[in-house]
Amino acid sequence: MAEVGDLLAEAMGHSLPVGKVVLVGDCVETSGAFVLHLLLKRCLSLDSSFAVFVALSHPFSHYDRVLRKMGCNLSVQKKNGKLHFLELLDFSARSKENSVDDGFCKLYNEIRKAVETARSKDTKASCVYIMIDDISLLEIAADGSENDVLNFLHYCSTLTSEMDCSLIILNHEDVYSSEEAPRLLAHLQHLSDIEIRAAPLNTGLAADVHGQLTVINKGLLNDDRRSGRRIWNFQFKVKENSVEFFYPGSQH
Amino acid sequence: MAEGLIVRSLRDGSLPGEHAPALCLEDSLPSPLASHSHAVFRHLLASLLSTGTGTAVVLVAFHRSPSFYLSLLSPTFRNSIRLLDCYSDPLAWKSNHHPPPSSHSPQNITLLTNLNHLPHFLSSILHLAKDLGAQGHDRVTVAIDSVTHMLRHAPLPSVLQLLTNLRCHEKISSLFWLIHTDLHEPKVISSFEYISTMIASLQPIVQLPDYANANISASITSLEENYSNAKFNVRLKRRNGRVKLLCEELLIEQGSVKFSSVPSVSSVVAQNLIPKVQFNIQLSDKERMDRANVVLPFEHQGNGQNIEIYDGRRSLSESQKDPSSIKIGGLSEQKRGNNNKSEKGEIHYIRDSDDEQPDSDEDPDDDLDI
Repeated sequence: MAEVGDLLAEAMGHSLPVGKVVLVGDCVETSGAFVLHLLLKRCLSLDSSFAVFVALSHPFSHYDRVLRKMGCNLSVQKKNGKLHFLELLDFSARSKENSVDDGFCKLYNEIRKAVETARSKDTKASCVYIMIDDISLLEIAADGSENDVLNFLHYCSTLTSEMDCSLIILNHEDVYSSEEAPRLLAHLQHLSDIEIRAAPLNTGLAADVHGQLTVINKGLLNDDRRSGRRIWNFQFKVKENSVEFFYPGSQH
Repeated sequence: MAEGLIVRSLRDGSLPGEHAPALCLEDSLPSPLASHSHAVFRHLLASLLSTGTGTAVVLVAFHRSPSFYLSLLSPTFRNSIRLLDCYSDPLAWKSNHHPPPSSHSPQNITLLTNLNHLPHFLSSILHLAKDLGAQGHDRVTVAIDSVTHMLRHAPLPSVLQLLTNLRCHEKISSLFWLIHTDLHEPKVISSFEYISTMIASLQPIVQLPDYANANISASITSLEENYSNAKFNVRLKRRNGRVKLLCEELLIEQGSVKFSSVPSVSSVVAQNLIPKVQFNIQLSDKERMDRANVVLPFEHQGNGQNIEIYDGRRSLSESQKDPSSIKIGGLSEQKRGNNNKSEKGEIHYIRDSDDEQPDSDEDPDDDLDI
C-alpha cells in the first residue's frame, strides 16, 4: 500500500500502476535500479499479485539480497508462485537454430504464458508486473538490432491492455549520449505512459541526498486523475532497507 | 477554424479525377510529449463520424489496442467504423504458438498478422472499405495510427506507394495519418508531406532545448505549460497551387480538445523573419522620434532658419553655439553671397513631402497593380 507522503506513489498516480508502460531511466552517476527494487517489493507485498522479472544484468542472488534487506524474501515469493524469475545473463536472441526474431518470440511467449497462468489461478490479481533489467543488454542480445528489440517491447506492451498488467523497463540513457539521433530512446519515450528519470543533483555530490527523481506521468484522455499536474521533481536518499523521497530542503 | 477546414476537407473528399485529400499529422516528443497528437487524432475521428453525412472510417490501429479506440467512441458510431488490428499480433508471434479461436474478435475488428506483406495489408484495408460501402456509407476515410510503426516493418518507398494507392482508389474518399517526426530523418518526413494535401504539426508553446537530455528539473514549469497547451500549425495546399497557413492554439482539458485562434499568420511570419540575434535590432518609440528629428546634411528648411550642418562628430546643440557655423537667411541671400565669393558647389535638397520618412525603402513601383 502507498505510504503517507510517498512522493513516488503520488507522482505515478497510484503506488501500483495498472495497465501502464513505465520507463525508468538512469545514468552512470545515479543508478535507477532502486526504483525497480522498490516497485517489485510493493507488488509482492500485496496478497494478490504476481511479477515476471527478466534479469539480464544481475543474477537472482543479487536481487534476493537487496530485497531481503527491504523486507521481501524473493526465494519464498518464487516458491509460492508469485514471482517468475527469468535469469538471462548469457541471453542471446540469435542461435544456431533461431534468428533474432525467433529468439525474442520465444522469450515473449514464455512471459505471456507465465502471466496467463497467474491470471488463470487468480483472475482478480490486483497487481501484475513485467519487469525488464535492462534494455541496453536486450539490445546486445539482439546483436544491435533496434527493430527486433522494439518488436519485443511492443508485444510485451500489448500484455498491458490484454492482461491488465504493467510493463516496467530500466534503460541506461547515457549509453546513447554520443549518438546524434538516439532513436531507440525516443521510441521508448513515445511508448511509455510514465517516465521516471534518476539523475545526479545539479549542485554535485552530497552525503545526505543521493540524487533527484523526475516523474513524468503523461496520462490519457480518459484518465480519472483530477489534478492536471503531470511532472514531479524531488530528491531521494537510498537507505539500507528503504528509500526516502522529499522535496529539496524538506528532509527531516 | 483550422480544425473545421481539415474536417470539411476530409469529409468532402475529392472531386472526380483527383486523388483523395490526405492529412499528415506530425508531432514530436517536445510537443507536448506526443500525447496530444493522439488526442487530436481521436478528436478528428470523432468529428468525422459525428458529421452525419454518411462518413465512415477504417482505422488502422498500430499504437493502441482497437478496444481502446472503441471505448472512446459513442456506441452510435461503432457501426460506422471498422478497425484493422495491427497492434495485437502484427508479426504472428501469438498466432503461431496459440491460434486464437475464430470468434475471438468483435465483428468490426479485423486482426492482421502479417504486417511484412504490404499487398495483403492494402487489400485488408480495401476489403473493410468495401464492406462499409456495402452498408450504405458513400464516404470512407482511412485513418492510420501511425505510419511510424509501418516504417519499422516496411521500407519508405513501399509505404509511400501504399498511401498513394489508397488515395487513388475509388472507394477511399480521404486519408489521414500520424507520424512522429523525431523518430525519422528529415527526408522521410518531407516525403510524407509531399504526398499530403494538408499538413498539421504540433509545436510546443515553450521551446526547450534537446528534450531527451534536458535538465528537466530546471524547466518543469515550461514542460507543464507544454502539456496543457500546444501550437497547432496547419498548411493547406489548394488546387490552384496556393498554400494557406494557419496557426492556432490547442488546449486539452478534462478529456476534450479545444482550438483557439492566435495572432494572424502574417504577423507570426513577420516575427519569425526577424533574425534571432543576441543584440537588439528593434527601435523603441523614443529612438524613432529621435531619428525623425535628425537633420540631414544639406537639407534646406526654406523657412529662414539657419542651415545646421551636422558633421556627426558633435551634437546639434553644440553646433548652434559655434560662431563659425554657416548663417544664411535664405536662398536669395545665398545667391548674393555667392556673387562675391569664389564659386562653391551647393546641394539643395528639397523633400518630396513632409510625410516622407528618411531612409525609406519604399519601392516606387509598389503602387502598380499587376
